[in-house]
Amino acid sequence: MSEKRADRRADVIIVGAGPAGLAAALEASRGSSSVILLDERPGAGGQIWRNATLAGPPQARRRIQQVATAGVECVWSASVISADAEARWLQVSTEDGSQHVNFGKLILATGARELFLPFPGWTLPGVVGVGGLQAMIKSGARLTAQRVLITGSGPLLLPVAALAKRAGARLVEVAEQTPAAELAWFTQGLWRHPDKLWSALSLRARFLSTPYRAGRWVQSVAATEGDRLRVCMTDGKREREVECDLLAASYGLVPASELGLMLGCEATPEGALIVDSSQHTSLLQVLAAGEVCGVGGADLAIIEGRIAGAAAVGREPTKWKRQRDKLRHFATAMGEAFAPRDELKNRMREDTVVCRCEDIPWGVVDADAGPRSTKLMTRCGMGICQGRTCMPMLKELCGWPELPVVRPPIQPARVAALMAEPPAPIHVVETVE
Amino acid sequence: MRTPPDALIIGGGIIGSACAFFLAERGLKVEVVEADIAGGGTTAAGMGHLAVMDDSPAQFDLTSLSCRLWDQLADDLPAQAEYVRDGAIWVAETDDEAAMVPAKVARYRARGVAAEVVSGEQLTELEPQLRSGLAGGLLLPGDRVMYPPVVTAWFLDRVRDLGGEVIYGCEVTSIEERGVHTKSGFRAAGLIVNAAGPQAAELIPELPIVPRKGHLVITDRHPGFVRRQMLELGYLKSAHGSSDESIAFNVQPRVTGQVLIGSSRQHVGWDRSFDHRLVARMLRRACDFLPGLGALTAIRAWFGFRPATPDNLPLIGPWPRQSNLWVAAGHEGLGHTAAVGTALLLSQLIVEDEPPIDPVPFLPERVLT
Repeated sequence: MSEKRADRRADVIIVGAGPAGLAAALEASRGSSSVILLDERPGAGGQIWRNATLAGPPQARRRIQQVATAGVECVWSASVISADAEARWLQVSTEDGSQHVNFGKLILATGARELFLPFPGWTLPGVVGVGGLQAMIKSGARLTAQRVLITGSGPLLLPVAALAKRAGARLVEVAEQTPAAELAWFTQGLWRHPDKLWSALSLRARFLSTPYRAGRWVQSVAATEGDRLRVCMTDGKREREVECDLLAASYGLVPASELGLMLGCEATPEGALIVDSSQHTSLLQVLAAGEVCGVGGADLAIIEGRIAGAAAVGREPTKWKRQRDKLRHFATAMGEAFAPRDELKNRMREDTVVCRCEDIPWGVVDADAGPRSTKLMTRCGMGICQGRTCMPMLKELCGWPELPVVRPPIQPARVAALMAEPPAPIHVVETVE
Repeated sequence: MRTPPDALIIGGGIIGSACAFFLAERGLKVEVVEADIAGGGTTAAGMGHLAVMDDSPAQFDLTSLSCRLWDQLADDLPAQAEYVRDGAIWVAETDDEAAMVPAKVARYRARGVAAEVVSGEQLTELEPQLRSGLAGGLLLPGDRVMYPPVVTAWFLDRVRDLGGEVIYGCEVTSIEERGVHTKSGFRAAGLIVNAAGPQAAELIPELPIVPRKGHLVITDRHPGFVRRQMLELGYLKSAHGSSDESIAFNVQPRVTGQVLIGSSRQHVGWDRSFDHRLVARMLRRACDFLPGLGALTAIRAWFGFRPATPDNLPLIGPWPRQSNLWVAAGHEGLGHTAAVGTALLLSQLIVEDEPPIDPVPFLPERVLT
């Protein structure tokens, strides 16, 4: 047995500094516990509050400041490459190399990533995810005079349309794949969540001159001679061509739960980590909060982060649980309302690429073969993105019941980092206040 | 209505699929029954190095026969089988190891296998990433590499072309005189071949086949980093030692430009946890030989279980305790190489034709004495 000790340790380690991770860090630091907050980005905020220290909403800036003054040790540009739940360590890689860090409790707040459903032409330059477009703009990209078409599904379309407009884009159209009747049904149920309704309406008000059409989606896209995109839009009956410079498409989010899955946490077939009422996963020493437990937005992520942060240091955070359950309920209803329609899964042609890393066309995929066999026989998902893009996509297209097993390292890592001797297991005495 | 096949093969890995293909080519009606997916067990957990091994006369017979057969099949394999003949170097770390090389070269050449002595200086010319100061090595210019899961699927496709059946997701639970019991019912068959790899002993408990765990790591694309398969001459100590845990330098360039890094051996039963400590040790060993390896990007690591036997030889032939039951299992780390030699030997024995090599060292009856 290895007798090596970890490079360092903390009572609570939180992975992910978005809304959930920040809230968890604040709660966990309200006592004498040592807390480390990690993120692979160069600063706090996560996807939604990207670059928040400079230009984010006030509540984001306030939280980031509070965490900075609460004694939480923040480690940015840090990726977790390896982990062991039983021995309670994470291997964290930064520019300065890698370290093994022991934890008493681990909180996973690793968020979600975009689900892209492919269509012929999706790999052309100028085709991006809606979240990708949002990230571009938040990182400072200007879209002056660019014709932008935003399509897909779900509430992310609205803020990104508003953001694109503000960045100077000429918005051609916002096309929501959900049928108009379904959308109306969902919207009238929003009276129970007036803040959500108000937020949706005020976002819509920011691009009123652009049509917002329900029940429409991209069928295919091709490049024009003038370096533009010619997008074939359809409502299932009639097709219409639209020209644009940028096409953003999004079909929702999938939990970024690889670390949790690798640690052995139980998850839903969609990869959402299953948690109890105090945000504990199936492993006693691992908690999870935010989108990694199922997509539900920033408000829910904050509440879940608070509960997880408090629970991790032994407090029983009952007061937030009702609010959490209400928001979770709303998230589930929203997920159902905006679920991708079957037509979106039938747009592929034989030569449409499914795995970008390995350049694998749809034609070689046997939809009935299942995830493991597809990986082994076609090399789909065997590339540098470790299947993060193509596997959720293929799960939808092929109707797989679940995603393939996650393999280490959790992020691509220097071979040298994986040569480091991992520490011996530590013994932690469980304390509950 | 299902007509019972002449031969039912348990296991759709590289061994079972090759045996099924050779038997189908002999005109037998075959059926492959696989508990999971094609080539998803031990087959998917190895490196696909097709090596002629000189560590025992029997092993030499089987592996050199196999490599000749592979070369005959090579033109028919699809591009995705990634069949290449870039050779291999067995690297000598010490002068003692280097001193063994001339005798090895003589043994290989005596059997018609090209082999050359390589000096310490020549080593770094052949493979510039090897550290200086190594004692020398054995170059086998004809060694081959392939991608086993695709080759397995190709064998099974040929089986279907020849009128055979392949059934996935069907686990055999027991074997009897007239056929096999599966989780979805009884399947009658003329004869039965147990090619269930490390699970073979679950169906014939007397078989001394145990799982021997191994880990592998693969990098992102770094074309040209290494040019051919490399192993340390001390590898056989790792492979044949009886210690509970061993590692050896064993690195391979893939057609994709990726570098596949092995190897480890552990007797830990069916323990399905990833052993970070052992992988770290294995990578450090590889880096001892290839100092530049540390700067490469690893994208995936995994493990699998080899079917190990006490005498390091596979079990190929009739099972003496049941008249129509045959065994083709226990290849440890040589299943990729030996699959086709095994399939030819087994099919010749089954149709009572002249065996291509001396079958005696492989006969399963040896485990009953």
